Amino acid sequence: MSVDTVSLTGWGRTSPTTAVRFRPRDHEEAAAVVRGRGPRGVVARGLGRSPGDAAQNAGGSVLDLSGLARIGGVDAAAGVVRCDAGVSLERLLRVLLPLGWLPPVLPGTGRVTVGGAIASDLPGLDHRRAGSFARHVSALELLTADGEVRTVLPGTALFDATAGGLGLTGAILGATLRLRRVTTGLMSVSTERAGDLDDLLARFTAGGDRLPYASAWVDLMARGRATGRGILTRGEHATPDMRPAHAGRTRLAKRAGGAPGKPLLPGLPPLPGGLLGPAAAAAALCNEVRYRTSPHARTGELRPVPAFFHASDALPDVRPLYGRGGLVRYRFTVGYGQEETLHRVVRRIAARRSPSVRAVLQRFGAGAPGPLSFAAPGWSLELDLPAALPGLARFLDGIDEEVAAAGGRVCLAEDSRMRPETAAAMYPRLAEFRELRARLDPAGAFRSDLSRRLGL
Amino acid sequence: MKDAFGAPQSLLVLGGTSEIALATARRLIALRTRRVWLAGRPSPALDAAAAELRGRGADVRTVDFDALDSASHEVALGKVFAEGDIDVVLMAFGVLGDQARDEEEPMAAVRVAQTNYTGAVSAGLVCAGALQAQGHGSLVVLSSVAGERARRADFIYGSSKAGLDAFAQGLGDALQGTGVQVMVVRPGFVRTRATAGLPEQPLATGPEEVAEAIVTGLRRRSETVWVPGSLRVVMAALRHVPRPLFRRLPV
Repeated sequence: MSVDTVSLTGWGRTSPTTAVRFRPRDHEEAAAVVRGRGPRGVVARGLGRSPGDAAQNAGGSVLDLSGLARIGGVDAAAGVVRCDAGVSLERLLRVLLPLGWLPPVLPGTGRVTVGGAIASDLPGLDHRRAGSFARHVSALELLTADGEVRTVLPGTALFDATAGGLGLTGAILGATLRLRRVTTGLMSVSTERAGDLDDLLARFTAGGDRLPYASAWVDLMARGRATGRGILTRGEHATPDMRPAHAGRTRLAKRAGGAPGKPLLPGLPPLPGGLLGPAAAAAALCNEVRYRTSPHARTGELRPVPAFFHASDALPDVRPLYGRGGLVRYRFTVGYGQEETLHRVVRRIAARRSPSVRAVLQRFGAGAPGPLSFAAPGWSLELDLPAALPGLARFLDGIDEEVAAAGGRVCLAEDSRMRPETAAAMYPRLAEFRELRARLDPAGAFRSDLSRRLGL
Repeated sequence: MKDAFGAPQSLLVLGGTSEIALATARRLIALRTRRVWLAGRPSPALDAAAAELRGRGADVRTVDFDALDSASHEVALGKVFAEGDIDVVLMAFGVLGDQARDEEEPMAAVRVAQTNYTGAVSAGLVCAGALQAQGHGSLVVLSSVAGERARRADFIYGSSKAGLDAFAQGLGDALQGTGVQVMVVRPGFVRTRATAGLPEQPLATGPEEVAEAIVTGLRRRSETVWVPGSLRVVMAALRHVPRPLFRRLPV
């Protein structure tokens, strides 16, 4: 097991803190780290994709599980796989697709681990149909504060708290996932352009759930009548008869990466310049180009599964464009019927002329039983902004209030700046979570910078 | 913990009645700070400062701290750190002294040096150790441009700040990679109670401007902050002025 002292940040590169990082190679080594922890506790970390401080533990231990990445038995008949927590969804997808199966929920990037997806209870593009990640976990192996590895089954309080529990109930070491059956490695994709936010929401709702995967890019720099315009992309798994004739022999596509030159979805667009200072104009121009070059309406376009779900992974790292201060990701959800709040937030962001290039709108279905699970029925908007923008801290506090007043919530796993009071107001079942943690882990073995900052 | 914008949740002020420190505390309370420790010699002024900050919604506590009693620092500050993480330590104690009198009475001059330098060395090392153990935090050291180049008018104060400045820079380098940031703040002439009655110098600022610069520096994770910012350029030039000429400059 390698051990070193490192300064860690989340994906957003804000608030660095220093911890001792352990990279266990098996469960026994991981358990030894938890048993031998110092007074400042331990937290698990995967690929470091959480934008905030969820996988940091200042002055304590960080259990880097990215090396614990074995994919155990795949039951290709039943569609069940047992894998270690450090397996990335990208790799899982690559392994499973030729067998005719898919990971049950695929978020916008494949570079997250299975453990991270459970601890954040990530929602996918088809949340209305499939729910979030933990719904498809049939068992998980949890390393708890006493240094024991327990098998936790759905339906128990511990399972619910661990799903979306930000690694604070224990370190997830492995999980058994129920998979989704697919007959081809292609997606049939429809793309449409919406002139403003009302139009975008209407298009989202129209057509029901015939195309289960849906997300939209929103141009948060467009103002006036075009405020909230965007591109809606929806997709379904292509059936064999949808495949073009020449694809006959490659039943399930193996090649990863998107088709070059196409506007990709649902992640990042290509960025021509920096995002700060005078270059903010470049961001606006980039959005304009992206909007103008997308088709008004196109249906039945075939794309490989990885290119549809993980388009952003094919692009180079855009974080340097956000400047030295790093980036802040803000993700919130408001319920159906609260569209007016969504409108107001979009208008406020647009009025600020902040260089926002990445903004993803999604629609959620029924929430999960986890007390800290993020997804709830309604609309979800996720955006990235440079942390160095003047006045951004107060501006986001204002948006927090607006979201809280509408009964919505901000995603904890992606947070790097919320007030503890706001978090408690948005997650009314936090008390229940704290109680379970106090019972299971009275000494507070599992802690992170996020839990300290928000008093979770 | 600090948030993504460098706004701390807890603050320890060494020299709890300093106007610059209190102006900074007020700004930080308006952002995220909920717990403030004011360390200083017990006095009505310290209690008044605590009461004022409490009125702004912070949980304020005071702790006995005497810069001249270096031996007591470890115990006094250890108590503070034992109560929970401190995100920002603001070292704001110091005395200006009275140059004319200090030249006459060496013991008075020594007191200036002991407060500004020796006291800061022991308190700084104690805080640095505690911050290092918690793996995060900022140590903000209030230095002065007076320490950048000795002047006839205030070289006793200036030399103590020069020592402090060099100490803080070195400490910052030593703490590189430990998650602890040391920020050296070098204000010019600041209009406070201590400088009331002194002839005002060019590029003078008030405590509010210094506080603003400190908050910005925390956000940017700066290592050196000049207040006003133009002093950086001015001092870069003044540093190289030959001594016979510098002696005649009206600074």
